[in-house]
Amino acid sequence: MSTATAPVRTIKARRTVMESVRRNLKTAPLTAWFGMIVILLYAICAIFAPLLAPYGESEVVGKAYQLSSAQNWLGTDQIGRDTLSRMIFGARNTIGIALITTLVSFMLGGSLGVLAALKRGFLDQGISRVVDAFLAIPVLIFALMMLAVVGKSLVNLVLILALLDATRVFRLSRAVALNSVVMDYVESARLRGEGMGWIVFREIVPNILPPLITEFGLRFCFVFLTISALSFLGVGIQPPTADWGSMVAESKSLISFGRATPLYPAAAIALLTVAVNFVVDWFLHKTSGLRDGH
Amino acid sequence: MVTDKKRVKGEGLLEIKGLKIDGFSDDIWNPIVKGIDLTLKRGEVLGLIGESGAGKSTLGLAAMGFARPGCRISAGSIVFDGIDLVKATEEQRRALWGSRIAYVAQSAAASFNPAHHIIDQTIETAVSHNIKTREAAEADARDLYKRLQLPNPDTIGDRFPHQVSGGQLQRAMTAMAMSCRPDLIIFDEPTTALDVTTQVEVLAAMRDIVEQFNTAAIYITHDLAVVAQMAHRIMVLRYGNLVEEAPTRAMLKEPTQDYTKSLWAVRKLQKPESIIKDIALRIHEVDASYSGSHKVLDNVTVQVPRGRTVAVVGESGSGKSTLARAITGLLPPSKGEIYFNGKPLPKALADRDKDTLRRIQMIYQSADTALNPRQQVRDIIGRPLEFYLGLTGADRDRRVVELLESIELDESYIDRLPNEMSGGQKQRISIARALAANPEIIICDEVTSALDQIVQEEILSLLMRLQRETNVSYLFITHDIATVRAISDEIVVMHQGKVVQQGPKSKVLSPPYPAYTELLLSSVPEMDPDWLTGLLAKRSMKAKTTA
Repeated sequence: MSTATAPVRTIKARRTVMESVRRNLKTAPLTAWFGMIVILLYAICAIFAPLLAPYGESEVVGKAYQLSSAQNWLGTDQIGRDTLSRMIFGARNTIGIALITTLVSFMLGGSLGVLAALKRGFLDQGISRVVDAFLAIPVLIFALMMLAVVGKSLVNLVLILALLDATRVFRLSRAVALNSVVMDYVESARLRGEGMGWIVFREIVPNILPPLITEFGLRFCFVFLTISALSFLGVGIQPPTADWGSMVAESKSLISFGRATPLYPAAAIALLTVAVNFVVDWFLHKTSGLRDGH
Repeated sequence: MVTDKKRVKGEGLLEIKGLKIDGFSDDIWNPIVKGIDLTLKRGEVLGLIGESGAGKSTLGLAAMGFARPGCRISAGSIVFDGIDLVKATEEQRRALWGSRIAYVAQSAAASFNPAHHIIDQTIETAVSHNIKTREAAEADARDLYKRLQLPNPDTIGDRFPHQVSGGQLQRAMTAMAMSCRPDLIIFDEPTTALDVTTQVEVLAAMRDIVEQFNTAAIYITHDLAVVAQMAHRIMVLRYGNLVEEAPTRAMLKEPTQDYTKSLWAVRKLQKPESIIKDIALRIHEVDASYSGSHKVLDNVTVQVPRGRTVAVVGESGSGKSTLARAITGLLPPSKGEIYFNGKPLPKALADRDKDTLRRIQMIYQSADTALNPRQQVRDIIGRPLEFYLGLTGADRDRRVVELLESIELDESYIDRLPNEMSGGQKQRISIARALAANPEIIICDEVTSALDQIVQEEILSLLMRLQRETNVSYLFITHDIATVRAISDEIVVMHQGKVVQQGPKSKVLSPPYPAYTELLLSSVPEMDPDWLTGLLAKRSMKAKTTA
């Protein structure tokens, strides 16, 4: 072997994560930039809510149903709390809970899905049939039922929604992982003697990540809408905690008086949904290798 | 072909002038076909040959006035029987497609709808273009099946695509193309996916039928020997340009361009056989089956000497890939024993220790699926180094570069992803990955069959050089006799899970042959335009005498 005598060479280093991110950002389309900026602004609102909001979350600052003024830019709600402040705190609660819920559902559904695809047989059949049973019941009704059984707490809300969402994530990750497990590179890793961990996280997961991340973006929006819907029905996030869904619910009657108050939180929900989808679209386009139909 | 003069009538059918086609990638239009003229007379068969990426399929499709999604015809004219297909409306072109211009694709299995009967798909175009009534079309389809020598022509149409073999399906697709009696058929690599033994039948059937109906055809392939049987005239393409054009015989006799000569010259590689007694791997009376009682391997005994190449040949379904699975432990044998360096090898993969795994490596047919598309070359080659030899960090990277250099690539490839390399380069990376483990045996499963001929040649000579340097043994699974001839020391012929013949190359490749070996060897196309005619004559003679 010549390794002992060969002069020590420096091999060019791996491209760092930052470099790859920068390269990708350079080619991002306008819509993706719009989406990213909106998401960033929402994130800032959520993180720095106490600093940004002019008043406290449940602080009564004046009379009920005030119009916009220099003190209360978006007016006040039914018991005289500042709408703008509640919107800013609402970002924190709504987005935070949606994010945690989606993360939990992906960890649960994703790992079970890949495992089922890899192991097949009894395990796959078992999990799949349980998931089928869950999927047979509409999400909102099932969530309402479960919340009625276990009680309306924040932790219960997150867990129930995560569990229900995990069924859909399971379906997707199992399906995409099935395409990956039959590939020769997985067989090659098995022949090399690799353990289960390596095969799952180094061989399979990187290949099924694009559809999963895309799904993450979409699921995040859905969870977020489900939470809003549940809050609107009064079983979601409980007062006095501010959240956009319940804010729409509380001020909905004002719409008949020509007031825009219920539209502010509704618009906040809509804008974030659109922004997330723009970013997801860009990501999908980048990773799927789809060409425009020229 | 004797009938050339009679068939090729003066009348021009297709005239392509100055055709340029662009493909859209990386946000710009790149030329794929760069100004090609092509003429075709009625009844004439034109062969288009070239390596992958030469633009031959694109040109073939353009002859229909069709550009694939992501492609556009940017200049030139395509005149089919007086109609300019470039200027024609979509409507006008669609009226021609299927009825007057037909297309036969490479993979019949992918082109047939699995949910419909074959005959319904055969006659679909004729019925939908209102050329024939359903009854007339069905009767005609049965007639075509007969002419294409399909077995049970009256009932085969009632089967589903998965119920017939690949070769039969390819002939059914030819019947489909013929059902409207088109003026022009485009064959796009129709026999590339077939075994040599099946290929002969399909070629003969296709040649016959275009002759019977005096149909003009464009035959696209990368296999020179095949095109020599089919075409009256050959066009050689490279990088979207025409290299050379001449009648088949003249082209085979005296190619004028260097590139054409280099295509003709491939397969000159020949390794002198050498036999030694030191056996590295011995497969002893092994049976294996997937599920149920059908044996995919039936009492197989094969020996692999150290530092030599044993080629396993046979058509698809002969059990040659299953043999590889039995050796690697993916499919534990139900009977028999595999000895490695004299000691029995644990049957199941899970029972083998790391060092045993290291000594037996595998290279796959398709580097596209064998290399993880999300891993850089650094990780693909580096992982076995890390896993088996415990190399990490800079030591590992240095060894990766050494391996890259030994497969004639350089350091710049280290951070590439598989899709940033050509097919040949990817296959080299697969080789380097196997080599990284310092193996004693490498199982090569059809490693060159997805590659162009010139690239195949490079890969084979690389494998041979590596064998000389490292004394590794190869178990080389292939259906390509030319490859076997080039690189093997010993040959194992398999048929239906059994070993038909085994021995040194010189012995197996010279008469007297067992019947199956003879069939296999005689089916390999030769670079002689009369080969197919001669072979068919010889076989029918033989059939007569035995009857």
